[in-house]
Amino acid sequence: MTELEAGRAQALLPVRSGAALQRYRDVLIALIAFAVLASLPMFTGSEALLDFVIRCSAYGLFATSLNLLVGYTGLTSFGHGMFFGLGAYSFGLIMQKLGVPIPVAFVATLAITAVIAAVIGAICVRLKDIYFAFVTLAFQMLIHSTILSWASFTGGDQGLRGGIPRPVFLGIDLANHVHLYVASCALLILGLLAMRQIAQSPFGYTLRMIRDNAARASFLGIDVWRAKLTVFVLAALFASMGGMVMALFVSGAYPEFAYWTISGEGIFINMLGGVSTFLGPMVGTVLLLLLNDTVTRFTEYHGIVLGVVILFFALGLRKGLLDFVAEWYTHRRDAGEGR
Amino acid sequence: MDLDALTGCLTSSACLVTQTTSGLIIGMLLFLVAVGLTLIFGVLKIVNFSHGAFYMFGAYFAMTTYHLTESFALAMLAGAAGTAILGLIFERVFMSRVYGADVLMQLLVCYAFVLIFDDVVRLIWGPEFKSMGMPAAFQVMPLFIAGGVVPPYYLLLIGVALVAAIVLGIGLSRSRIGKVIRAAAHNPGMVSALGINTGLIYGGVFALGGMLAGLAGALAAPVRSLTPGMGFSVLIESFIVTVIGGMGSIVGALVGALLIGLIRSFGSLGFPLFTEGLMYLFMVIVLVSKPTGLFGKEAA
Repeated sequence: MTELEAGRAQALLPVRSGAALQRYRDVLIALIAFAVLASLPMFTGSEALLDFVIRCSAYGLFATSLNLLVGYTGLTSFGHGMFFGLGAYSFGLIMQKLGVPIPVAFVATLAITAVIAAVIGAICVRLKDIYFAFVTLAFQMLIHSTILSWASFTGGDQGLRGGIPRPVFLGIDLANHVHLYVASCALLILGLLAMRQIAQSPFGYTLRMIRDNAARASFLGIDVWRAKLTVFVLAALFASMGGMVMALFVSGAYPEFAYWTISGEGIFINMLGGVSTFLGPMVGTVLLLLLNDTVTRFTEYHGIVLGVVILFFALGLRKGLLDFVAEWYTHRRDAGEGR
Repeated sequence: MDLDALTGCLTSSACLVTQTTSGLIIGMLLFLVAVGLTLIFGVLKIVNFSHGAFYMFGAYFAMTTYHLTESFALAMLAGAAGTAILGLIFERVFMSRVYGADVLMQLLVCYAFVLIFDDVVRLIWGPEFKSMGMPAAFQVMPLFIAGGVVPPYYLLLIGVALVAAIVLGIGLSRSRIGKVIRAAAHNPGMVSALGINTGLIYGGVFALGGMLAGLAGALAAPVRSLTPGMGFSVLIESFIVTVIGGMGSIVGALVGALLIGLIRSFGSLGFPLFTEGLMYLFMVIVLVSKPTGLFGKEAA
């Protein structure tokens, strides 16, 4: 439980009185990050780099939303990928069948995700620990099987093909590579900022309390079931956003998006980057995608290389990279103050 | 959906026998894998995510031994013994380092080995589909029971799995070693204080679990095609079995495996595309109505 203990120590600190100040700081950091990312196409013509950032946006939104459940609330979901797939499929289907403007499809997808997540979540969050993990996994595979067997609607194992139409909206043309890139970055930054606000809000601290001691939270008058359900639905919305970015990027949706391996990768990203820092999953995303891309270029046996790297993290560092760095930094600072 | 095919089958004894035996062999193979999984969880409190790899290695070991020696018995032995040794090494060298660590950390180590083992198989045996071929001794006329076709090999497979289930059940409840294992599952500290080497028990249980999965792989080798990653679907299904039956329960694993086997064989008639969906639906229903599974105990 080393990861979570680190987070626990952080949770025990009183909420800073300068909460507003921190919010301004977060917004400022987000603006700077967006400015840097958005100006990237001016300096480099590398399409591969832009593609990489788009993929990071999709997976980053997904992994960070999973951390709201795993790291902040202690709900280990093995089926979070279902909302990634759901986002990709419903966005693609709405665009293909209805031909509405992109923002309408975006909002409609979020609404559909919210309803489905509320129904599934209401059943799942009653269960604890490993049983929660299993029942979410079962729902994920149920959705995956439905996508496969409902071939007339979803395209079955071929996936949603024929491309996703992208009508120009207010001068934004997502068929243009740079426009798509900037839009993905904007969604990523907005999504991260929103999740950061959730994590730092009183509700976010309620979640930490539920993770640490659900019985105490319940005695203090918190409706634990409701809080868990709320964060389950919120996390599903951001995962669905990641799925939509992915659908736009590949111009389609595939059953693999809803397969349980996506959830597995999400957990893996969180472990790689660290679950007790907000940006840990983002670091993990970049790490995993970098690893995947470089290793597959050098050897066809990338499973062995990836496996050994994972072992290094699991048996060597015993925590995610950003957690490791953060702990090392506090340790050093404390040692310095003690002198 | 093809409900006519399903009702048609249910009213014909020939089809009923054929589907039931095919359900039984799916179920029995699943049981051998799932019982190892449930045993390892019950004693070590570890969800062995890499259990499917032992099934895969069992099949490959059996195939290679069979091609070298032409002996079916030796092939089965190689499959079971090879994976037992592999399980022991895996537990002692790697898994024993993450006891007491975060569950996610344990899963991560297993996940790493799923990736590594699949690639190791690809390195040694190649990425293409392989087949062991039905041993000559079983290339005989199939039996006809009530009009249904039953290959003799299926009977052997079901028999071996049943024997394994009975030996395991009696061994755990009656023998001294069985009692020690159950005690270690209940209170490892106390068992250790009584002068029993718990590390040895943990390694032994892991080896036993690996051996059963390897035996399942070896038994499946003549009737299934071999490919790297073959352990994965088996792993997922045996997870469903253990969850339905109750984590840690051997009877539960048997009942769960047979239920899933029958759902698969009859479901493939009525709902050819949604067969997997049926299994997950069943799992959701069981989990929601009884989270600890059909035979699981509260907070074991």
